[in-house]
Parts: sequence; C-alpha cells; structure tokens
Amino acid sequence: MRQRSLPGFGASLGVTLVWLVGLVLLPLLALLLRPWELGPLGVWRSLAEPRVLAALRLSFLGALAASAAMLPLGLLVAWVLVRYRFPGRRLLDGVVDLPFALPTAVAGLALTALYAPNGWLGEPLAALGLKVAYTPLGVGLAMAFVGLPFIVRTVEPVLRDLPLEAEEAAATLGASRAQVIRRVVLPALAPALLAGFAMASARAIGEYGSVIFIAGNMPMVSEIAPLLIVVRLEQFDYAGAAAVGLAMLALSFLLLLALNLATRFWRRA
Amino acid sequence: MSLELRGLSRRFDNAQALRDIALQVDGGEFVALLGPSGSGKTTLLRILAGLDFPDQGEVRIDGQDMAQVPARHRRIGFVFQHYALFRHMTVFENVAFGLRVRPRASRPPEAEIAARVRRLLERMQIAELERRLPEQISGGQRQRVALARALAIEPRLLLLDEPFGALDAEVRKGLRHWLRALHVELGLTSLFVTHDQDEAMELADRVAVMQAGRIVQFDTPARILDQPANGFVAGFIGQAQRFAGRLTSQELIFEGLPLAPLPRALLLGEAAAGAGQGPAEAFVRTHEWQATPGPGNAVLRSARAAGGRVQAVFAVGPALIEAEIPPGLLEPGETCQLDPLTARVFLADTPFATG
Repeated sequence: MRQRSLPGFGASLGVTLVWLVGLVLLPLLALLLRPWELGPLGVWRSLAEPRVLAALRLSFLGALAASAAMLPLGLLVAWVLVRYRFPGRRLLDGVVDLPFALPTAVAGLALTALYAPNGWLGEPLAALGLKVAYTPLGVGLAMAFVGLPFIVRTVEPVLRDLPLEAEEAAATLGASRAQVIRRVVLPALAPALLAGFAMASARAIGEYGSVIFIAGNMPMVSEIAPLLIVVRLEQFDYAGAAAVGLAMLALSFLLLLALNLATRFWRRA
Repeated sequence: MSLELRGLSRRFDNAQALRDIALQVDGGEFVALLGPSGSGKTTLLRILAGLDFPDQGEVRIDGQDMAQVPARHRRIGFVFQHYALFRHMTVFENVAFGLRVRPRASRPPEAEIAARVRRLLERMQIAELERRLPEQISGGQRQRVALARALAIEPRLLLLDEPFGALDAEVRKGLRHWLRALHVELGLTSLFVTHDQDEAMELADRVAVMQAGRIVQFDTPARILDQPANGFVAGFIGQAQRFAGRLTSQELIFEGLPLAPLPRALLLGEAAAGAGQGPAEAFVRTHEWQATPGPGNAVLRSARAAGGRVQAVFAVGPALIEAEIPPGLLEPGETCQLDPLTARVFLADTPFATG
C-alpha cells in the first residue's frame, strides 16, 4: 500500500469496525434472524394481526405527522435564536434541549398530568370537546415534544451560516420580504429541514417512555408499536416481538432512504 | 440621474460611522470612495442602497427624497464585496432573479427574461457559465456574475463595495480596465468603495477621500494629488513621507533632522501661501528630493531599480528617507547631500490632521 500522509488508518478503521459490528450489526442481525423460527407464514400471521397493523400505522403516521407539524415551529425557534438578540435568549436556547436531557418517563408523566381530563390544559380542552390524553392526538403530542429539538438543532447552524448579504442582495434586486424568504432563505435551508425532519421522525417512531403514559395504550386506538413489542415480550412471545421489531426496522430503513434520496434530489435541483 | 447627499450622519453603538456627509454626483460619473478601513465608506454605500439608515440628513436621487423608499424600490444595483450570490441557483438564475421577482404586471415574459440574461452574460464574457453554480466558478467569474445580476434590473445607480478586494493582483488589473470601459459603454453612474489609492486614482472621474466618517476632499484624481486638502490626504495619497516641522515667516524648518530649511516660496499648500506660523506637518514625495554625491547629511542604505529610476533609502540623522535617484549616481554606503525640492505643508491646527 502507498504511504499515507495521515497515519493510523489501519488501526482506527479496525477499532471502528469492531465497535460497529459488536454494537450495531450483531444485535440487528439477531433481530433479523429471530422471527424466522415461526416460519415465513408464522411471521406473516404474526404481523397481519389487526392490532399489530394498527400499532405500526399509529407509530409511523403519528411520527411523520408530528414531525411535519413541528417543521414550521422548529424553523421559527431556530430563526428567533439565530437572528434576534434579546434578554433570556440563552435560557430559551437551553430550554430547547430539555426534551433531549429529560428522562423520557418524566416527560411522559408531565405531559399526562397536564393533558389528562382533569389536568391544567386537559380540562379546558375537554370542555371544548377536544380530548388529548389517551387518544392518538396525545401520542402525536408526545412525539412532537421529543422531535422538536432535532429540527431546531439541525436548522440552527445552517441558518447561522446563511449570509445576511444574500438576503440584502435580493432586496436590492427588488424582492419583497416574502419573496426573499421563499426564493432565497427556504431553498438554502431545505436540506437541513429535511434532515431535521428525518431525525425527529426516527426518534418519534422509536419513542417509548414519553408516549406510553399519555397514550393510554388502548389496542387498535392508541397503542404504539414499541409498546406492542413489550406486551409480546411479557407474554414470552419472543419471536412475535422480534417480528414487530423487524417490521419497524424495515419501515424505518425505507423511510430514511426515501428522505435521503429526497435531500440529494433537492441539492441537485 | 443625479445623486445628492446632505448632512448625513450615522452612529453605531460605540462609534460615529458618518459625520455630516455632503456629496453631489452627476449622471454618468464614476466616483470612488477612498479611505482606510473604518472610515465609513461601506456604511455610506449601504445607506445609499437602503440597507442601512442615517440618523440625520437626506439622500436625494433625481431630487426625490429616499428616506421612505425601501431598498427594493430604489432600483440601485449593489455588488457586494464577497458577491453574495445565491448559492443554490445557477449563474443564469442568479442574473434572472431581479426580473423574476417583479410584480406580474411588469414582469417580462420568460423568453424575454432569457434573452436579456444571455445578453448580459455575453456582455460579461461568461456566457458559457450559465448552467454552473456559484461554487463551481472562479472568484473573477463570480464578480462578473454579481455585476450582471446587479445590471439586470437596469439600475439608475450602481454601487460596488471593494469590487476587486477579494481577487488576486493579476485578475484585478484586467478587471479594472474592463469595468471602466463597461461603465462608459453602458452610460452608468457608479460609486465604488476602495482602500487602494491606485485603484481610485486610475478608475474614477472623481474621488471622495474619507477619514473617520467625513469626506475630507472630493475632487478629480489630479487635483487630489496636486492640492491635497489637508495633512491626512497628503499622507494617504501618492507615497509621501511625513515630517514634523515648524513654519516661520521665512521658511519651513524640519525638526530633529539635519535637513536644510525650505524657503516659503518653494512650499505647496494653502498654509504656504497664507501668513500662518507655528508647528506644521510637511509631506515630501519620493521624487521630490535631490541627492548630490559628496560629503553631506545622508548615507545611502539600499537601492532598488524601478523602471529607469532607482528607489533609494537614505539614513538622515535618526530617520530613513525614501527618495528616487538617477541610476548609477551612488553606491550603498556612500554619503551625499540630500535636499527636499519642495514639500506640502499643513499647520498642525488644521482640522482632522493625521492622528
């Protein structure tokens, strides 16, 4: 092999591979293999149960909807943090990360207390006919809560690097503020927004702790797929649990692949 | 097109960026704002474009007060120092931007937009780059794209912030002549900011020399060279060396140096003609010295040939003096008598003397 100017390639690649295989690939491989002790037909039956399909639908559609709803809000929070200087900005900056740092069960309990039918917000909302806790809406709310920081933190650095001069140039060329946002700012932020959306979705799909309390976990209505895995484990149905896990893995992979391709397409367009 | 500035002032948190600026530019003029960094040049340019706002004073274009006119309605082209191209758009789309954002009623049809953009790109000699992204072209090419983009809106005034600042010397020279020719050919009225006096002197019809937020002189390059308004201009322009001195009723005495006094009749500048006396500063350019070989007040330290003349450095007392001498006159280490032929002199109490 040719002499390299940067030493240590062999050693560092070796360590990286060992860790990746041991920590990531091996567990995933186990997950891939486990369900098949039911046989292909068994796996199919195990996944085709209406309860499983409902849980998968709630986890994935809920995560996508919650992340999509958080896109404009995350962009706004990032915008405020980057573009304005005001007292309390650092505090706000820290608050954004709270969902990262909080133990998820604590977040779940707090959300439930707030939105339960007799909670601070749950009671007035119930009076308006809007039930949040123990419904799919509550599931989405918890997912939005954990997803928001991902969007803010991926958009923020890109927005900070966005030169103000490009916006000023657009203004001297006759663009209105709305045209500047639509034609200059948003296209520059699109890849970051998409990446933030992908991360928020991935986190929300797998979210367990903060969701199960507010969800109420009624089968067919507000039961998420990760909970179903736990339910099956408690019934010693290890292969069945792994089958749900396998389905989540496959769907997540397809989702991230699609988002990745979309980002790449966007960069080129 | 005519541009008129009156009593313009701008203060930032801890610095007065502009003080009482007055300026009148006629249509078709090419004007340079020249000054050291921090003298307020860019702030002035941004106020003209509507990107910043004065605390006091007014900007009038063709007699119309610009105070309530937002940047997008001013029709003033602005070329940013670092070009500020839209990174996600091709060269073509960058140039077309100003036409595409027009309200529907005044927006040209697509075919005409394309034709105008292509014409501009050809004019800028970058027609072959229309499908490239800004990151895929060189600095000089980006500069031309930025210029084409600003010209696409048919601006009544073109503003350029350090137009050659980010380019290497080679490209810079070529672009200068090209820009000057373009200005004449398109009948533009242009203002550009620079801290490079050669650039300002070579390109501009008139130069506004700025110091600490003021325009200290606004004149043709020739007159700025011949009759600098104060010590700052004299020191900033034309490779002049500054000396401390004292002006008496008869002559200028150089203080602390073994240089012969200069009779008043040989001095330049208003102070020499007036009757004022006292501490003064004097500026002597490199070609305004005479060296006579033999015993004297100076020793030649080093010499460097420069186009038929020799740039020499003399030690005179505690000071080093740069002067031009004919080739072959002296060898390093030899002594001579060094005398100033003339000096621009300013009394020390002149406003805004160099600090």
